[in-house]
Amino acid sequence: MSKLLARYSPLLLLAVLWQLAWYFEMVSSTALPSLVDVASAWVDLLRSGELLRNAAASLYRGGAGFLLAVVVGGALGMIMAWWRPLNLMLSPLVEIFYPLPKTALIPVTVIWLGFGDASKILLIFLGCMLPVTIGAFNGSRSTEQVMVWSARSMGASRLRILRDVVLPSAMPELLNGIRTALALAFILLVTSELVVAREGLGNLIGYLGSNGSYEAMYSVVLTVAFLGFAADRIYQYFMRWILAWRDATTG
Amino acid sequence: MARRDNGVTTPEQPPGGRSAGLRMVRQTLRTAAYGLPVVALLIAWETFARSGAVTMFILPPASAVAERIWADAAAGDLWRNILTTMYRAFSGFLLGSLIGVAIGIGISRNALARWFFDPIISIGFPMPKVAFLPVIILWLGVFDVSKIAMVTIEVLFPVVTATVIGLQGVNRSVIWSARNLGASQRQLLWHVMIPAAFPQIFTGIQVALPIALIVAVFTEMAMGGYGLGASMMSASRLADSRGVFAGIVAIALVGYCVVKLMGLLRRRVLIWHAEAVMPSTV
Repeated sequence: MSKLLARYSPLLLLAVLWQLAWYFEMVSSTALPSLVDVASAWVDLLRSGELLRNAAASLYRGGAGFLLAVVVGGALGMIMAWWRPLNLMLSPLVEIFYPLPKTALIPVTVIWLGFGDASKILLIFLGCMLPVTIGAFNGSRSTEQVMVWSARSMGASRLRILRDVVLPSAMPELLNGIRTALALAFILLVTSELVVAREGLGNLIGYLGSNGSYEAMYSVVLTVAFLGFAADRIYQYFMRWILAWRDATTG
Repeated sequence: MARRDNGVTTPEQPPGGRSAGLRMVRQTLRTAAYGLPVVALLIAWETFARSGAVTMFILPPASAVAERIWADAAAGDLWRNILTTMYRAFSGFLLGSLIGVAIGIGISRNALARWFFDPIISIGFPMPKVAFLPVIILWLGVFDVSKIAMVTIEVLFPVVTATVIGLQGVNRSVIWSARNLGASQRQLLWHVMIPAAFPQIFTGIQVALPIALIVAVFTEMAMGGYGLGASMMSASRLADSRGVFAGIVAIALVGYCVVKLMGLLRRRVLIWHAEAVMPSTV
Protein backbone atom coordinates (compact mmCIF):
# COMPACT_ATOMS: atom_id res chain seq x y z
CA MET A 1 0.00 0.00 0.00
CA SER A 2 2.74 2.46 0.96
CA LYS A 3 4.67 1.33 -2.09
CA LEU A 4 1.67 2.14 -4.24
CA LEU A 5 1.38 5.52 -2.54
CA ALA A 6 5.04 6.27 -3.19
CA ARG A 7 4.70 5.32 -6.84
CA TYR A 8 1.67 7.49 -7.44
CA SER A 9 2.75 10.36 -5.20
CA PRO A 10 3.30 12.68 -8.20
CA LEU A 11 -0.41 12.45 -8.95
CA LEU A 12 -1.19 13.46 -5.37
CA LEU A 13 1.27 16.30 -5.80
CA LEU A 14 -0.58 17.43 -8.93
CA ALA A 15 -3.89 17.29 -7.08
CA VAL A 16 -2.45 19.39 -4.26
CA LEU A 17 -1.02 21.89 -6.76
CA TRP A 18 -4.42 22.09 -8.44
CA GLN A 19 -6.10 22.82 -5.14
CA LEU A 20 -3.45 25.40 -4.20
CA ALA A 21 -3.76 27.10 -7.60
CA TRP A 22 -7.47 27.40 -7.00
CA TYR A 23 -7.03 28.52 -3.38
CA PHE A 24 -4.61 31.34 -4.19
CA GLU A 25 -6.66 32.25 -7.28
CA MET A 26 -3.74 31.91 -9.64
CA VAL A 27 -6.14 31.08 -12.46
CA SER A 28 -9.81 31.96 -12.82
CA SER A 29 -12.05 29.54 -10.96
CA THR A 30 -14.03 28.77 -14.13
CA ALA A 31 -10.86 27.52 -15.83
CA LEU A 32 -9.89 25.48 -12.79
CA PRO A 33 -12.64 24.84 -10.22
CA SER A 34 -11.82 23.51 -6.78
CA LEU A 35 -11.20 19.78 -6.60
CA VAL A 36 -13.63 19.55 -3.71
CA ASP A 37 -16.38 21.12 -5.82
CA VAL A 38 -15.55 18.74 -8.64
CA ALA A 39 -15.91 15.79 -6.28
CA SER A 40 -19.23 17.01 -4.91
CA ALA A 41 -20.50 17.68 -8.45
CA TRP A 42 -19.58 14.09 -9.27
CA VAL A 43 -21.58 12.82 -6.29
CA ASP A 44 -24.55 14.96 -7.37
CA LEU A 45 -24.40 13.56 -10.88
CA LEU A 46 -24.22 10.06 -9.49
CA ARG A 47 -27.18 10.63 -7.17
CA SER A 48 -29.40 12.13 -9.85
CA GLY A 49 -28.72 9.03 -11.92
CA GLU A 50 -27.56 11.16 -14.84
CA LEU A 51 -24.04 9.79 -14.74
CA LEU A 52 -25.13 6.16 -14.70
CA ARG A 53 -27.73 6.64 -17.42
CA ASN A 54 -25.23 8.26 -19.78
CA ALA A 55 -22.50 5.81 -18.85
CA ALA A 56 -24.83 2.92 -19.67
CA ALA A 57 -25.60 4.45 -23.08
CA SER A 58 -21.89 4.90 -23.79
CA LEU A 59 -21.02 1.44 -22.54
CA TYR A 60 -23.66 -0.15 -24.75
CA ARG A 61 -22.43 1.64 -27.88
CA GLY A 62 -18.77 1.14 -27.15
CA GLY A 63 -19.17 -2.47 -26.09
CA ALA A 64 -21.32 -3.47 -29.07
CA GLY A 65 -19.05 -1.80 -31.64
CA PHE A 66 -15.89 -3.12 -30.02
CA LEU A 67 -17.13 -6.72 -29.75
CA LEU A 68 -18.32 -6.71 -33.35
CA ALA A 69 -14.93 -5.38 -34.42
CA VAL A 70 -13.09 -8.08 -32.48
CA VAL A 71 -15.20 -10.92 -33.85
CA VAL A 72 -15.42 -9.79 -37.47
CA GLY A 73 -11.92 -8.29 -37.62
CA GLY A 74 -10.28 -11.28 -35.98
CA ALA A 75 -12.07 -13.77 -38.24
CA LEU A 76 -11.25 -11.71 -41.32
CA GLY A 77 -7.57 -11.49 -40.44
CA MET A 78 -7.29 -15.24 -39.87
CA ILE A 79 -9.11 -16.11 -43.07
CA MET A 80 -6.88 -13.68 -44.96
CA ALA A 81 -3.83 -15.48 -43.62
CA TRP A 82 -5.40 -18.85 -44.42
CA TRP A 83 -6.68 -18.26 -47.93
CA ARG A 84 -4.38 -16.47 -50.36
CA PRO A 85 -6.95 -15.18 -52.91
CA LEU A 86 -8.80 -13.31 -50.19
CA ASN A 87 -5.52 -11.85 -49.01
CA LEU A 88 -4.68 -10.63 -52.51
CA MET A 89 -8.12 -9.09 -52.80
CA LEU A 90 -8.34 -7.44 -49.42
CA SER A 91 -4.83 -6.43 -48.41
CA PRO A 92 -4.67 -3.38 -50.73
CA LEU A 93 -7.99 -2.22 -49.29
CA VAL A 94 -6.80 -2.79 -45.74
CA GLU A 95 -3.65 -0.82 -46.50
CA ILE A 96 -5.65 2.07 -47.92
CA PHE A 97 -8.22 2.25 -45.16
CA TYR A 98 -5.84 1.63 -42.28
CA PRO A 99 -4.31 5.14 -42.17
CA LEU A 100 -7.71 6.81 -42.67
CA PRO A 101 -8.27 9.16 -39.72
CA LYS A 102 -11.20 7.31 -38.22
CA THR A 103 -12.94 10.38 -36.85
CA ALA A 104 -13.59 11.41 -40.46
CA LEU A 105 -16.17 8.60 -40.55
CA ILE A 106 -18.40 10.38 -38.02
CA PRO A 107 -20.41 12.44 -40.57
CA VAL A 108 -20.65 9.44 -42.91
CA THR A 109 -22.12 7.16 -40.26
CA VAL A 110 -24.54 9.95 -39.35
CA ILE A 111 -25.71 10.15 -42.97
CA TRP A 112 -26.18 6.39 -43.06
CA LEU A 113 -27.77 5.71 -39.70
CA GLY A 114 -28.77 9.01 -38.12
CA PHE A 115 -27.96 10.38 -34.70
CA GLY A 116 -28.78 7.37 -32.52
CA ASP A 117 -26.94 4.36 -31.18
CA ALA A 118 -26.61 2.58 -34.52
CA SER A 119 -24.36 5.21 -36.08
CA LYS A 120 -21.96 5.12 -33.12
CA ILE A 121 -21.84 1.35 -33.11
CA LEU A 122 -21.07 1.34 -36.83
CA LEU A 123 -18.38 4.01 -36.35
CA ILE A 124 -16.65 2.12 -33.55
CA PHE A 125 -16.94 -1.14 -35.46
CA LEU A 126 -15.40 0.34 -38.63
CA GLY A 127 -12.73 2.24 -36.71
CA CYS A 128 -11.62 -0.66 -34.51
CA MET A 129 -11.83 -3.49 -37.01
CA LEU A 130 -8.59 -2.98 -38.94
CA PRO A 131 -6.13 -3.07 -36.01
CA VAL A 132 -7.71 -6.39 -34.98
CA THR A 133 -7.58 -7.70 -38.56
CA ILE A 134 -3.92 -6.79 -38.93
CA GLY A 135 -3.07 -8.33 -35.57
CA ALA A 136 -4.88 -11.57 -36.43
CA PHE A 137 -3.32 -11.64 -39.91
CA ASN A 138 0.26 -11.10 -38.75
CA GLY A 139 -0.22 -13.48 -35.85
CA SER A 140 -1.65 -16.29 -37.96
CA ARG A 141 1.03 -15.88 -40.60
CA SER A 142 3.76 -16.21 -38.02
CA THR A 143 2.54 -19.69 -37.09
CA GLU A 144 5.44 -22.08 -37.36
CA GLN A 145 4.92 -24.16 -40.46
CA VAL A 146 6.46 -27.18 -38.77
CA MET A 147 3.67 -27.20 -36.21
CA VAL A 148 1.01 -27.05 -38.91
CA TRP A 149 2.70 -29.89 -40.74
CA SER A 150 2.98 -32.05 -37.67
CA ALA A 151 -0.64 -31.43 -36.77
CA ARG A 152 -1.62 -32.37 -40.31
CA SER A 153 0.48 -35.51 -40.30
CA MET A 154 -1.20 -36.53 -37.09
CA GLY A 155 -4.49 -36.32 -38.92
CA ALA A 156 -5.95 -33.05 -37.72
CA SER A 157 -8.61 -31.53 -39.93
CA ARG A 158 -8.17 -28.00 -41.29
CA LEU A 159 -10.64 -26.61 -38.80
CA ARG A 160 -8.93 -28.39 -35.95
CA ILE A 161 -5.55 -27.00 -37.04
CA LEU A 162 -7.06 -23.54 -37.17
CA ARG A 163 -8.47 -23.87 -33.68
CA ASP A 164 -5.66 -25.73 -31.90
CA VAL A 165 -2.53 -24.55 -33.71
CA VAL A 166 -3.06 -21.31 -35.61
CA LEU A 167 -5.28 -19.52 -33.11
CA PRO A 168 -3.03 -20.07 -30.05
CA SER A 169 0.11 -19.02 -31.88
CA ALA A 170 -1.66 -15.97 -33.33
CA MET A 171 -2.91 -15.03 -29.86
CA PRO A 172 -0.17 -12.61 -28.71
CA GLU A 173 -0.35 -10.41 -31.81
CA LEU A 174 -4.13 -10.69 -31.98
CA LEU A 175 -4.44 -9.58 -28.36
CA ASN A 176 -2.14 -6.61 -28.99
CA GLY A 177 -4.26 -5.58 -31.96
CA ILE A 178 -7.35 -5.80 -29.77
CA ARG A 179 -5.66 -3.58 -27.20
CA THR A 180 -5.08 -0.90 -29.83
CA ALA A 181 -8.72 -1.30 -30.84
CA LEU A 182 -9.82 -0.84 -27.23
CA ALA A 183 -8.03 2.51 -26.96
CA LEU A 184 -9.45 3.56 -30.34
CA ALA A 185 -12.95 2.56 -29.24
CA PHE A 186 -12.78 5.00 -26.34
CA ILE A 187 -11.44 7.80 -28.53
CA LEU A 188 -14.14 7.26 -31.15
CA LEU A 189 -16.87 6.93 -28.55
CA VAL A 190 -16.01 10.20 -26.84
CA THR A 191 -15.39 12.14 -30.05
CA SER A 192 -18.58 10.99 -31.74
CA GLU A 193 -20.64 11.74 -28.65
CA LEU A 194 -19.05 15.16 -28.29
CA VAL A 195 -19.77 16.02 -31.92
CA VAL A 196 -23.19 14.47 -32.52
CA ALA A 197 -25.28 12.72 -29.87
CA ARG A 198 -28.26 13.14 -27.59
CA GLU A 199 -26.89 11.09 -24.69
CA GLY A 200 -23.73 9.38 -23.52
CA LEU A 201 -20.80 10.54 -21.44
CA GLY A 202 -19.22 12.57 -24.26
CA ASN A 203 -22.52 14.33 -24.81
CA LEU A 204 -22.82 14.99 -21.08
CA ILE A 205 -19.38 16.65 -21.11
CA GLY A 206 -20.34 18.89 -24.01
CA TYR A 207 -23.73 19.71 -22.47
CA LEU A 208 -22.31 20.61 -19.05
CA GLY A 209 -19.52 22.65 -20.65
CA SER A 210 -21.88 24.71 -22.77
CA ASN A 211 -24.09 25.29 -19.72
CA GLY A 212 -21.14 26.63 -17.78
CA SER A 213 -21.26 24.03 -15.00
CA TYR A 214 -17.54 23.49 -15.20
CA GLU A 215 -17.19 21.55 -11.91
CA ALA A 216 -19.57 18.90 -13.23
CA MET A 217 -17.85 18.94 -16.62
CA TYR A 218 -14.48 18.32 -14.98
CA SER A 219 -15.94 15.46 -12.96
CA VAL A 220 -17.29 13.73 -16.08
CA VAL A 221 -14.04 14.31 -18.00
CA LEU A 222 -12.08 12.68 -15.18
CA THR A 223 -14.62 9.82 -15.03
CA VAL A 224 -14.21 9.10 -18.74
CA ALA A 225 -10.43 9.24 -18.43
CA PHE A 226 -10.57 6.84 -15.51
CA LEU A 227 -12.86 4.43 -17.37
CA GLY A 228 -10.43 4.33 -20.29
CA PHE A 229 -7.56 3.66 -17.92
CA ALA A 230 -9.46 0.98 -15.99
CA ALA A 231 -10.57 -0.78 -19.18
CA ASP A 232 -6.97 -1.00 -20.36
CA ARG A 233 -5.73 -2.32 -17.01
CA ILE A 234 -8.45 -4.97 -16.87
CA TYR A 235 -7.66 -5.94 -20.43
CA GLN A 236 -4.00 -6.31 -19.55
CA TYR A 237 -4.89 -8.72 -16.73
CA PHE A 238 -7.08 -10.64 -19.14
CA MET A 239 -4.22 -10.77 -21.65
CA ARG A 240 -1.81 -12.09 -19.05
CA TRP A 241 -4.35 -14.71 -18.01
CA ILE A 242 -4.94 -15.87 -21.60
CA LEU A 243 -1.24 -16.00 -22.34
CA ALA A 244 -0.32 -17.71 -19.07
CA TRP A 245 0.29 -21.00 -20.89
CA ARG A 246 2.92 -19.29 -23.02
CA ASP A 247 5.00 -18.08 -20.10
CA ALA A 248 4.61 -21.49 -18.49
CA THR A 249 6.02 -23.29 -21.52
CA THR A 250 8.76 -20.86 -22.48
CA GLY A 251 9.91 -20.42 -18.91
CA MET B 1 11.87 0.16 -53.60
CA ALA B 2 14.16 -1.66 -55.96
CA ARG B 3 15.42 -3.61 -53.04
CA ARG B 4 12.15 -5.36 -52.57
CA ASP B 5 11.24 -8.12 -54.91
CA ASN B 6 8.40 -10.48 -54.09
CA GLY B 7 9.03 -9.78 -50.47
CA VAL B 8 12.45 -11.39 -50.70
CA THR B 9 15.54 -9.27 -50.30
CA THR B 10 17.92 -9.51 -53.21
CA PRO B 11 20.38 -6.67 -52.75
CA GLU B 12 23.14 -8.63 -54.47
CA GLN B 13 21.30 -9.04 -57.74
CA PRO B 14 23.43 -7.75 -60.63
CA PRO B 15 22.05 -4.51 -62.08
CA GLY B 16 21.04 -4.00 -65.70
CA GLY B 17 20.50 -6.53 -68.47
CA ARG B 18 17.65 -8.98 -68.71
CA SER B 19 17.04 -9.29 -64.99
CA ALA B 20 16.31 -5.55 -64.68
CA GLY B 21 13.80 -5.71 -67.53
CA LEU B 22 12.19 -8.76 -66.05
CA ARG B 23 12.01 -7.08 -62.72
CA MET B 24 10.34 -4.04 -64.23
CA VAL B 25 7.69 -6.20 -65.88
CA ARG B 26 7.11 -8.02 -62.65
CA GLN B 27 6.90 -4.75 -60.75
CA THR B 28 4.30 -3.41 -63.18
CA LEU B 29 2.27 -6.59 -62.86
CA ARG B 30 2.44 -6.37 -59.11
CA THR B 31 1.27 -2.78 -59.14
CA ALA B 32 -1.59 -3.72 -61.46
CA ALA B 33 -2.63 -6.63 -59.23
CA TYR B 34 -2.42 -4.27 -56.32
CA GLY B 35 -4.60 -1.60 -57.90
CA LEU B 36 -7.23 -4.05 -59.10
CA PRO B 37 -9.16 -4.40 -55.82
CA VAL B 38 -9.24 -0.61 -55.49
CA VAL B 39 -10.66 -0.22 -59.00
CA ALA B 40 -13.15 -3.00 -58.26
CA LEU B 41 -14.25 -1.21 -55.12
CA LEU B 42 -14.76 2.05 -57.02
CA ILE B 43 -16.80 0.29 -59.74
CA ALA B 44 -18.88 -1.51 -57.10
CA TRP B 45 -19.51 1.82 -55.35
CA GLU B 46 -20.56 3.49 -58.61
CA THR B 47 -22.93 0.71 -59.74
CA PHE B 48 -24.43 0.21 -56.28
CA ALA B 49 -25.08 3.94 -55.90
CA ARG B 50 -26.67 4.14 -59.36
CA SER B 51 -28.70 0.93 -58.97
CA GLY B 52 -31.37 2.71 -56.96
CA ALA B 53 -31.05 0.38 -53.96
CA VAL B 54 -30.09 3.40 -51.86
CA THR B 55 -30.84 7.06 -52.34
CA MET B 56 -28.22 9.45 -53.73
CA PHE B 57 -28.21 11.07 -50.31
CA ILE B 58 -27.15 7.91 -48.50
CA LEU B 59 -24.49 7.08 -51.06
CA PRO B 60 -23.68 9.52 -53.86
CA PRO B 61 -21.98 7.79 -56.83
CA ALA B 62 -18.20 7.79 -56.93
CA SER B 63 -18.17 9.88 -60.10
CA ALA B 64 -20.25 12.61 -58.47
CA VAL B 65 -17.90 12.64 -55.48
CA ALA B 66 -14.88 12.84 -57.80
CA GLU B 67 -16.52 15.76 -59.62
CA ARG B 68 -17.09 17.49 -56.32
CA ILE B 69 -13.45 17.01 -55.27
CA TRP B 70 -12.37 18.36 -58.67
CA ALA B 71 -14.58 21.42 -58.25
CA ASP B 72 -13.26 22.04 -54.72
CA ALA B 73 -9.72 21.67 -55.96
CA ALA B 74 -10.34 24.13 -58.82
CA ALA B 75 -11.91 26.63 -56.43
CA GLY B 76 -8.95 26.31 -54.08
CA ASP B 77 -11.06 25.31 -51.06
CA LEU B 78 -9.63 21.82 -51.04
CA TRP B 79 -6.01 22.96 -50.88
CA ARG B 80 -6.73 25.52 -48.21
CA ASN B 81 -8.52 22.93 -46.07
CA ILE B 82 -5.78 20.34 -46.55
CA LEU B 83 -3.07 22.88 -45.69
CA THR B 84 -4.93 24.07 -42.61
CA THR B 85 -5.47 20.53 -41.30
CA MET B 86 -1.90 19.53 -42.10
CA TYR B 87 -0.54 22.64 -40.39
CA ARG B 88 -2.44 21.79 -37.20
CA ALA B 89 -1.69 18.08 -37.30
CA PHE B 90 2.00 18.53 -38.04
CA SER B 91 2.62 21.35 -35.56
CA GLY B 92 1.16 19.19 -32.82
CA PHE B 93 2.88 16.10 -34.16
CA LEU B 94 6.35 17.71 -34.21
CA LEU B 95 5.86 19.39 -30.86
CA GLY B 96 4.53 16.20 -29.27
CA SER B 97 7.33 14.09 -30.76
CA LEU B 98 10.07 16.46 -29.54
CA ILE B 99 8.63 16.82 -26.05
CA GLY B 100 7.89 13.10 -25.96
CA VAL B 101 11.44 12.08 -26.84
CA ALA B 102 12.78 14.60 -24.30
CA ILE B 103 10.54 13.26 -21.53
CA GLY B 104 11.41 9.70 -22.52
CA ILE B 105 15.13 10.44 -22.26
CA GLY B 106 14.49 12.17 -18.95
CA ILE B 107 12.61 9.17 -17.56
CA SER B 108 15.33 6.73 -18.46
CA ARG B 109 18.27 8.95 -17.37
CA ASN B 110 17.10 10.91 -14.36
CA ALA B 111 15.60 9.56 -11.14
CA LEU B 112 13.59 12.70 -10.38
CA ALA B 113 12.08 12.81 -13.87
CA ARG B 114 11.26 9.12 -13.58
CA TRP B 115 9.58 9.63 -10.22
CA PHE B 116 7.44 12.44 -11.58
CA PHE B 117 6.61 11.38 -15.13
CA ASP B 118 6.47 7.59 -14.92
CA PRO B 119 3.11 7.29 -13.09
CA ILE B 120 1.63 10.14 -15.12
CA ILE B 121 2.60 8.48 -18.40
CA SER B 122 1.50 5.01 -17.33
CA ILE B 123 -1.88 6.29 -16.21
CA GLY B 124 -2.32 8.80 -19.03
CA PHE B 125 -1.32 6.46 -21.84
CA PRO B 126 -4.52 4.38 -21.94
CA MET B 127 -6.81 7.33 -21.19
CA PRO B 128 -8.92 8.85 -23.95
CA LYS B 129 -7.24 12.26 -23.83
CA VAL B 130 -9.75 13.68 -26.30
CA ALA B 131 -12.21 13.83 -23.41
CA PHE B 132 -10.14 16.75 -22.13
CA LEU B 133 -11.00 18.82 -25.19
CA PRO B 134 -13.63 20.96 -23.40
CA VAL B 135 -11.07 21.70 -20.69
CA ILE B 136 -8.49 22.69 -23.32
CA ILE B 137 -11.09 24.92 -24.97
CA LEU B 138 -11.75 26.51 -21.60
CA TRP B 139 -8.06 27.28 -21.20
CA LEU B 140 -6.87 28.04 -24.69
CA GLY B 141 -9.94 29.08 -26.69
CA VAL B 142 -11.26 27.58 -29.89
CA PHE B 143 -8.57 28.58 -32.36
CA ASP B 144 -5.39 26.95 -33.63
CA VAL B 145 -3.61 26.93 -30.26
CA SER B 146 -6.11 24.62 -28.59
CA LYS B 147 -6.26 22.30 -31.61
CA ILE B 148 -2.49 22.02 -31.74
CA ALA B 149 -2.35 21.51 -27.97
CA MET B 150 -4.83 18.64 -28.18
CA VAL B 151 -2.81 16.96 -30.95
CA THR B 152 0.41 17.48 -28.97
CA ILE B 153 -1.03 15.83 -25.87
CA GLU B 154 -2.26 12.78 -27.78
CA VAL B 155 1.03 12.42 -29.67
CA LEU B 156 3.13 12.73 -26.54
CA PHE B 157 2.20 9.46 -24.85
CA PRO B 158 3.05 6.84 -27.48
CA VAL B 159 6.34 8.65 -28.20
CA VAL B 160 7.35 8.74 -24.54
CA THR B 161 6.51 5.07 -24.07
CA ALA B 162 8.43 4.01 -27.17
CA THR B 163 11.45 6.13 -26.19
CA VAL B 164 11.60 4.68 -22.69
CA ILE B 165 11.24 1.09 -23.92
CA GLY B 166 13.79 1.71 -26.67
CA LEU B 167 16.40 3.20 -24.35
CA GLN B 168 15.92 0.46 -21.78
CA GLY B 169 16.36 -2.18 -24.44
CA VAL B 170 19.77 -0.97 -25.60
CA ASN B 171 22.23 -3.84 -25.48
CA ARG B 172 24.21 -3.64 -22.23
CA SER B 173 27.46 -4.76 -23.80
CA VAL B 174 27.36 -1.84 -26.23
CA ILE B 175 27.03 0.60 -23.35
CA TRP B 176 29.81 -1.13 -21.41
CA SER B 177 32.19 -1.02 -24.36
CA ALA B 178 31.46 2.69 -24.90
CA ARG B 179 32.17 3.35 -21.22
CA ASN B 180 35.36 1.33 -21.39
CA LEU B 181 36.49 3.39 -24.35
CA GLY B 182 36.06 6.48 -22.18
CA ALA B 183 32.79 7.94 -23.47
CA SER B 184 31.33 10.68 -21.30
CA GLN B 185 27.68 10.48 -20.17
CA ARG B 186 26.69 12.93 -22.88
CA GLN B 187 28.57 11.08 -25.60
CA LEU B 188 27.08 7.83 -24.38
CA LEU B 189 23.58 9.26 -24.70
CA TRP B 190 23.92 10.96 -28.07
CA HIS B 191 26.30 8.63 -29.84
CA VAL B 192 25.36 5.25 -28.45
CA MET B 193 22.01 5.05 -26.72
CA ILE B 194 19.84 7.25 -28.92
CA PRO B 195 21.10 5.76 -32.21
CA ALA B 196 20.66 2.25 -30.80
CA ALA B 197 17.14 3.00 -29.60
CA PHE B 198 16.22 5.00 -32.70
CA PRO B 199 14.27 2.28 -34.55
CA GLN B 200 11.98 1.89 -31.52
CA ILE B 201 11.65 5.66 -31.05
CA PHE B 202 10.78 6.01 -34.71
CA THR B 203 8.15 3.30 -34.38
CA GLY B 204 6.54 5.31 -31.59
CA ILE B 205 6.58 8.41 -33.79
CA GLN B 206 5.07 6.40 -36.64
CA VAL B 207 2.29 5.16 -34.36
CA ALA B 208 1.63 8.75 -33.31
CA LEU B 209 1.24 10.07 -36.86
CA PRO B 210 -2.24 8.65 -37.63
CA ILE B 211 -3.29 9.65 -34.11
CA ALA B 212 -2.26 13.23 -34.89
CA LEU B 213 -4.50 13.17 -37.98
CA ILE B 214 -7.41 11.61 -36.09
CA VAL B 215 -7.24 14.25 -33.39
CA ALA B 216 -6.72 17.17 -35.80
CA VAL B 217 -9.80 16.15 -37.80
CA PHE B 218 -11.82 15.67 -34.61
CA THR B 219 -10.88 19.06 -33.12
CA GLU B 220 -11.92 20.69 -36.38
CA MET B 221 -15.23 18.86 -36.27
CA ALA B 222 -15.87 19.90 -32.68
CA MET B 223 -14.71 23.52 -32.98
CA GLY B 224 -14.94 24.44 -36.66
CA GLY B 225 -12.60 26.99 -38.19
CA TYR B 226 -11.76 25.60 -41.67
CA GLY B 227 -9.79 22.46 -42.28
CA LEU B 228 -10.96 19.11 -43.66
CA GLY B 229 -12.84 18.13 -40.49
CA ALA B 230 -14.69 21.43 -40.27
CA SER B 231 -15.67 21.39 -43.93
CA MET B 232 -17.01 17.84 -43.59
CA MET B 233 -19.00 18.82 -40.54
CA SER B 234 -20.57 21.85 -42.18
CA ALA B 235 -21.39 19.74 -45.25
CA SER B 236 -23.06 17.25 -42.91
CA ARG B 237 -25.10 19.99 -41.25
CA LEU B 238 -26.28 21.22 -44.64
CA ALA B 239 -27.24 17.62 -45.56
CA ASP B 240 -24.74 17.92 -48.41
CA SER B 241 -23.76 14.27 -48.59
CA ARG B 242 -21.55 14.75 -51.66
CA GLY B 243 -19.50 17.20 -49.66
CA VAL B 244 -19.21 14.68 -46.81
CA PHE B 245 -18.05 11.90 -49.11
CA ALA B 246 -15.69 14.24 -50.96
CA GLY B 247 -14.25 15.12 -47.56
CA ILE B 248 -13.73 11.52 -46.52
CA VAL B 249 -12.07 10.60 -49.81
CA ALA B 250 -9.76 13.61 -49.52
CA ILE B 251 -8.89 12.77 -45.90
CA ALA B 252 -8.29 9.12 -46.79
CA LEU B 253 -5.93 10.11 -49.62
CA VAL B 254 -4.05 12.59 -47.44
CA GLY B 255 -3.76 10.06 -44.62
CA TYR B 256 -2.51 7.36 -46.98
CA CYS B 257 0.14 9.64 -48.51
CA VAL B 258 1.35 10.93 -45.16
CA VAL B 259 1.67 7.45 -43.63
CA LYS B 260 3.44 6.15 -46.77
CA LEU B 261 5.86 9.08 -46.76
CA MET B 262 6.62 8.39 -43.12
CA GLY B 263 7.45 4.78 -44.02
CA LEU B 264 9.80 6.02 -46.76
CA LEU B 265 11.37 8.48 -44.34
CA ARG B 266 11.98 5.62 -41.94
CA ARG B 267 13.87 3.67 -44.61
CA ARG B 268 15.86 6.78 -45.49
CA VAL B 269 16.74 7.67 -41.90
CA LEU B 270 17.45 4.12 -40.80
CA ILE B 271 19.38 3.20 -43.94
CA TRP B 272 22.33 2.20 -41.74
CA HIS B 273 20.20 -0.19 -39.74
CA ALA B 274 19.81 -3.91 -40.43
CA GLU B 275 16.04 -3.52 -40.82
CA ALA B 276 16.51 -1.40 -43.98
CA VAL B 277 17.15 -4.52 -46.08
CA MET B 278 14.04 -6.27 -44.78
CA PRO B 279 10.76 -6.00 -46.69
CA SER B 280 8.73 -3.00 -45.63
CA THR B 281 5.65 -3.73 -43.61
CA VAL B 282 3.66 -0.52 -43.20
